[in-house]
Amino acid sequence: MLDIERPIVELEKRLEDLKRLAKDRPDMFDSEIKLLEKNVAELKEKTFRDLSAWQKVQIARHPDRPLARDFIEMMFTGFIEVHGDRLFSDDPAVIGGPANLKKQPVMVIGEQKGRGTKERVKCNFGMPHPEGYRKALRLMKMAEKFSLPVISLIDTQGAYPGIGAEERGQAWAIAENLREMSALKTPIICVDIGEGASGGALAMGVGDRIYMLENAYFSVITPEGCASILYKDPGRAEEAAESLKMTADSLLRFGIIDGIIPEPLGGAHRGDQETADNLKKVLIKSMEELRDIEISELLDQRYERLRKIGVYEEGS
Amino acid sequence: MGIKDILDLKQTKAEEPPKKKGVPKGIWSKCAACNKTIYQKDFLKNLKVCPECGFHYQLSARERLDSLVDPGTFEETNSVLLADDPLKFKANKTYRESLDQSKEKTALPEAVVTGWSKINGRLVMLGVMDFHFIGGTMGSVVGEKITRAVENATEAETPLIIVAASGGARMQEGMFSLMQMAKTSAAIARLGKNRMPYITVLTHPTTGGVTASFASLADVIIGEPGAMIGFTGPRVIEQTIKQRLPEGFQTAEFMLEHGMIDMVIERPKIKNTISDYLDMVLPVSKKKDTKEAIKDIMNRPLLDDVNNINKRIQKGISKIQEKVKGD
Ligand SMILES: [Zn+2]
Repeated sequence: MLDIERPIVELEKRLEDLKRLAKDRPDMFDSEIKLLEKNVAELKEKTFRDLSAWQKVQIARHPDRPLARDFIEMMFTGFIEVHGDRLFSDDPAVIGGPANLKKQPVMVIGEQKGRGTKERVKCNFGMPHPEGYRKALRLMKMAEKFSLPVISLIDTQGAYPGIGAEERGQAWAIAENLREMSALKTPIICVDIGEGASGGALAMGVGDRIYMLENAYFSVITPEGCASILYKDPGRAEEAAESLKMTADSLLRFGIIDGIIPEPLGGAHRGDQETADNLKKVLIKSMEELRDIEISELLDQRYERLRKIGVYEEGS
Repeated sequence: MGIKDILDLKQTKAEEPPKKKGVPKGIWSKCAACNKTIYQKDFLKNLKVCPECGFHYQLSARERLDSLVDPGTFEETNSVLLADDPLKFKANKTYRESLDQSKEKTALPEAVVTGWSKINGRLVMLGVMDFHFIGGTMGSVVGEKITRAVENATEAETPLIIVAASGGARMQEGMFSLMQMAKTSAAIARLGKNRMPYITVLTHPTTGGVTASFASLADVIIGEPGAMIGFTGPRVIEQTIKQRLPEGFQTAEFMLEHGMIDMVIERPKIKNTISDYLDMVLPVSKKKDTKEAIKDIMNRPLLDDVNNINKRIQKGISKIQEKVKGD
C-alpha cells in the first residue's frame, strides 16, 4: 500500500465494516453510510487528481498493479503461450504467443515482472536478458508471416545489467529489435502498461501506435538512475521524475505517444477489469484503423512518426 | 546509464593509470599507460597511440577526421543543427550550461560531426562522435544528424561510416533522446535496402543507447584496442550483481571473443581496413574506373615498417605513380 493510499484504504475499510454491521437495519444507518461514501469519494478525488510524476511512478510500481499476463488474461481469449529464442534460452521476463482479441487473432508479447517473490525472481523483476528481446523478435517475425497484428505490452525498469547479458549482446538485441520493428510488415500497437525505462522498454516500443496507461511512465532512464547521475544523489529521484517529463500527459503533448488509456481513480490496481476494458476498446479501434492501410503506406507512416521526433534549432 | 558509467569508470578503475592521467603533451613525455618516455612527434604521427605499448588515447572528432579522411576532402553537413532545451532541464547544472561548456571546450556545435569525405579516393558519408561533448551523448541533434547522414548515404548510394564514442542517450532531453535510438535504427533499416555497406568503428567508450542502436547495426563493426564497449556500464553491473567484474570485461577484445564485433584494429590501420573492405564488397559498377583505382591504391600512405623493410617496393610504386600521372 502506498502512503497516499493509506487514509483512503482505512476509510474504505470502515465503510465496509459499517455496511456489514448495518445489513439487518438498512434504514437505521442509511444516512451515515451515504455520508461515509461521500467522504471516501471526496478523499479519493482530492488524493488522486493531479498526482505528481513521482506519485505516478509509485502507482506504476504498485505491487497489486495488473501485469502483462493479467492484461492478456483479461483482454484476450485462447492465448497460446510459446517459448524460447531458439538461440540460448527462454526468458520468463518476456511472454508471448498468439491470442484472440474479440475473435481477431493477434500476436501478443509483453514484459512480465512477476507477482510474489518466487515469480518475481523467476521473471528477473521484469528485466529481460537478450534472450527476451530475441524471443519477442521471433514472435514478431511469426506475426509478420501470418499477417497478425502485434500487440506489445511494455513494463520494465530496463534491460538486465549483468555479465551474461553483456556477453550475449544486450545492446545488439535491443538495436536489432528497433531496426526490425521499424520495418515489420504487419501493424504493431505498443502499450506502456506501467514502467517504461530506457532502451529495455523501447526495444518493445516501436510501432504504428504507442499508448500509455494513465499512470504509466516512459523515460530515457529510471528517476533513481537519473538522480544518481545528474543530481549525484539517488535520494533526489522525486525531482528527477519531474524534470524528465516522463508522464503520459507530457509525452502526449510532445507527440511521442498517441493516446492515454484511463485508469480508475487511484490507479489500475483499484479496478483491474475496468482498466483492461478501457485498453481493449482502444486496441480494437486502432486495429480497425490500421487494418485498412496498405503495408507500404503503413511502413512509411511508421517511419515518419519516428522521423519527426526531436527538438532542435536549425540555423543557416 | 551512460554518463554515470563513464564517471564511475574513473572511480572504479582508478588504479589503472591510462584512463586517469592525461594525454602526453610535452616534446618528451611519459606514457601514462606504460610509463616509458615517448617523443611527441612519434606519438602524434602514430595518431595518439603510444609507440611503446600501443595504448590508444582518445581522439577529438577533428583528430579522428584527420586520421580517416583524404586531406582536403571533408565537406561538413548539417553543422547548423543546434540543441534546444525541450524539457527546460535543470539538475545541478542547467542543460544550457552543460551545452555552452561543451561547445567552448570542444569548439564543436554538438557531439557528432557528419559530412561527405573521401577515404582513399572513394566518396563516403562519414559521421564522427566526440566524447568530450557531454560524454558523446545522443540527444535530438545527434540523432537527427546521424539519421540525415544515413538518409544521405541511402539516397546518394554511398557507403556509410560512423565512428562512435558515447556514454549513451542524453538524459537532459528525456524521451526525445531515447526515441533517437529508434529513429536512427529505422533509418538504417532503409539503408539496407540500397545494399550500401555500413561500417562502424567503436572507440573508447561506446555504451548505452548508442551501442543499443545505430552503432551495433553495421555490416562490419571494428573495435579499437582496449575500448570499452557495452550496454550497461561496469559500476551499475557491479552494484546489481554485487561482485567484481572479471579483468578485461567489456573491452573490444571481449566483444570480439563473444562474437559481437568483427575485428579489433589498431588505429593507424583502420582507414585502409575500411577501404579494403569497401573495395571487396561493392559491386563493380559502384567502383571507380581502373586508372582512378590504381592511382588511389598507389597514393595510399604506407606504414613506416613497410617502407623500412623494403625500399625497392617504394621505388616500384614511385615508378607506377609516375606512369599514372603521365597520361
Ligand atoms: Zn605507452
